[in-house]
Amino acid sequence: MSSHAHTGHAVVVEPSGFLRKYIFSVDHKVIGIQYFLLALTAVCIGIVLSLLMRFHLVYPGAHLPFVSGGIMTPEQYLALLTMHGTIMVFFVLTTAPQGGFGNYFLPIQIGAPDMAFPRLNMLSFWVTFLAFVAILAAFVVPGGAPISGWTGYTPLSGMGEVTGPGEGMGQTMWIISISLFCLASLLGALNFIATTIDLRAPGMTLFRMPLTVWGWFVTAILGLLAFGILLAGGILLLLDRSAGTSFFLPAGLVVNDQLQPHSGGSPLLWQHLFWFFGHPEVYIAILPGMGVASHVLSSFARKPVYGYRAMAMAICAIGFLGFMVWGHHMFLSGMSPYSGFAFSVLTMSIGVPSAIKTFNWIGTLWGGKIQFKSPMLFALGFVSLFVSGGLSGLFLAQPAVDNMLHATYYVVAHFHLVMGVAAIFGIFAATYFWFPKMFGRVMSEPLGKLHFWFTFVGAYCIFMPMHFVGIAGGIRRYADSTGTTYAAALQPLHVFMTYAAFLTGAAQLIFLFNFFWSLKRGAVAGKNPWNATTLEWITDSPPPIDNFGGSYPSVYRGPYEFSVPGYRQDFIGQNLTPEEAALLKAR
Amino acid sequence: MPGSAVTEEVELIGTGRGGGGDSSGDRGDSGGGGDDWKGSSGSPRVPQRAYVTGMVIALSGILMFFMALVSAYIVRKGMPNSAWVELNVPRILWLNTFLLIASSFTLTRARGRFLANDQAGFRHSWGVTTILGVFFLIGQVIAWRQLAAAGLFLSTNPASSFFYVFTAAHGLHLLGGVCALLWIAFRPTHKLTLGTASEIVSMYWHFMDGLWVFLFLLLQFGR
Repeated sequence: MSSHAHTGHAVVVEPSGFLRKYIFSVDHKVIGIQYFLLALTAVCIGIVLSLLMRFHLVYPGAHLPFVSGGIMTPEQYLALLTMHGTIMVFFVLTTAPQGGFGNYFLPIQIGAPDMAFPRLNMLSFWVTFLAFVAILAAFVVPGGAPISGWTGYTPLSGMGEVTGPGEGMGQTMWIISISLFCLASLLGALNFIATTIDLRAPGMTLFRMPLTVWGWFVTAILGLLAFGILLAGGILLLLDRSAGTSFFLPAGLVVNDQLQPHSGGSPLLWQHLFWFFGHPEVYIAILPGMGVASHVLSSFARKPVYGYRAMAMAICAIGFLGFMVWGHHMFLSGMSPYSGFAFSVLTMSIGVPSAIKTFNWIGTLWGGKIQFKSPMLFALGFVSLFVSGGLSGLFLAQPAVDNMLHATYYVVAHFHLVMGVAAIFGIFAATYFWFPKMFGRVMSEPLGKLHFWFTFVGAYCIFMPMHFVGIAGGIRRYADSTGTTYAAALQPLHVFMTYAAFLTGAAQLIFLFNFFWSLKRGAVAGKNPWNATTLEWITDSPPPIDNFGGSYPSVYRGPYEFSVPGYRQDFIGQNLTPEEAALLKAR
Repeated sequence: MPGSAVTEEVELIGTGRGGGGDSSGDRGDSGGGGDDWKGSSGSPRVPQRAYVTGMVIALSGILMFFMALVSAYIVRKGMPNSAWVELNVPRILWLNTFLLIASSFTLTRARGRFLANDQAGFRHSWGVTTILGVFFLIGQVIAWRQLAAAGLFLSTNPASSFFYVFTAAHGLHLLGGVCALLWIAFRPTHKLTLGTASEIVSMYWHFMDGLWVFLFLLLQFGR
């Protein structure tokens, strides 16, 4: 494919030292891979934690060699739960899609040689890294990891060691880690937004941006507006714990027979601050996945995205509405029925843009010449999981129904399907799709398909029965449900889910093997192994230090010109001039 | 958000690539559809307007941070059994507020002198702004010492907690602004033209000024 480009005499010299090139690099591509590897490490830890929990639920009396005292205590179970949630939400679902793939591909897809502020970008990564070190340190500080859940609800999280093991130093490390993470995400969001606004190539209008870029752009706006709130909350919580203030801690709390010295604070204030961040955070995790799914579905159905503008506007609408529904996490907090009603209606209204997206994904597939490559399978899996996980959200959006289901496994099943596994499928789709561009080699197809089927079927086997456990009244966060008759009756389902979880976890070894094996042995990818249209496919694999080798592309058309009637080839790159495209016309 | 203002400032001033060139060609571009953003002098260069965009974005994030604190203040104060004790803010805050507002005027004057190509006038007003900023910070510390002398510390009562949190968070951001003023006064910037640098620092400074007036009025009349 010929590429029309402005040729500058720009020479960006690649740094030569190992430290400047791979560790403290300001190149967005290196930073993207750093984020990705951080998330890969984090997800391995997170999976191990979840498997330990699943194991304990089924064999609560088992002797474990690495548990002090042999048998896991409820507090140790809660510590696993807290750390699993925290690591997965922050260091995997927020880090990989945005920090990893967004960093790597946003500048390339809009035709820029780097982010707007490369050194700020490096700083974002290293602060994220520090946050990761801080959260891991919570495992090893005296008292161990915190037990207050990934939401860190006050007053439990605000009082220190008296409330349980892990609530001393461990909880402090948690707050420090989350605050650092907020800071890093704010700096990252700043960079993403400025880059998208000001660094687009000539001709790259907003409505010619790939939907992936729309996803990252809106995600960055959400991050900018949400992370500052959690940072403020984190600082106030830290002051409550260490400086004796009473922002979140009420008077007259007696914990373990000790009267606490606080007065007049509001535990609910923390919930409001947390969920004002926490709900947009859900979309921070899923919007990049939506972008990737649209991008990949179009590329492998060989069809333009159906309703491109509607797709872009739906991303914006979801982002906007995402800021008005935080109260649906707090239906049980004793809020007025009127506020509950408002939050409920607003929550269900998110179903409208979500349905637009789903129908347009199906519209994109309709009548396409579908190629079932690994990235495509994961994108299809994303759509499936998003729908089946999202539908249960409509039930939970009813305050009356939520009253019954809130503390049960139903909620766990809901958010794992729609936010956890769906977002992970987005990450997998992105990995299989862009691996050739990032490392110059294609990942193994047979292994990719094997990985997909085990993970797809496995995820449903874990989380579908979990809905039934929840409806039957299985309480979440309980370390052991064998003690009560009604809960013990659900144990066979728990056993099934645990087997499914171990199998699905083992299937991820296929992915790890495929990833590292393909780095060295995968088939060499050309510039454009998928015959795709966007700008990342006109440059080398992997791209040179300034992305386009001293030249800068111009853009002449939309991002998804597949199977345009009257052309000999079924894809037309965004960078082709009308004259160049005319040469591709059928004679 | 201790320290972050500083890093943002330093970063906004310190990054980008390659040669300088005059910013006037870049300024005022609409940005619709991405105009050519390469520097005319050869090596690729981030367009100057990206720094202005970056500052607007940074200020939005900072605004959300402070609004979270302010809404916490309103909620906390409205709690039943809030144990709220009215705090009489030290009177020196009136003086500090006056100094900060004055500094915005001198900064506006500095920008005007710069646009009129009056280097000496620019540096003079710029310096006065910096000194006023430092005086403001010293005044805030004096206010803290007066409160401490009256036995009011961070954890004494909710109102005093919020007073220290607001003033410390704002003070750290303003300290970042002072550092940025000094940086531009003493270090020639090559990634960033002086025009853009002084513009984004002005935006930041005026924002911090307005934010302080808001916080001060809240503490004074919303107690």
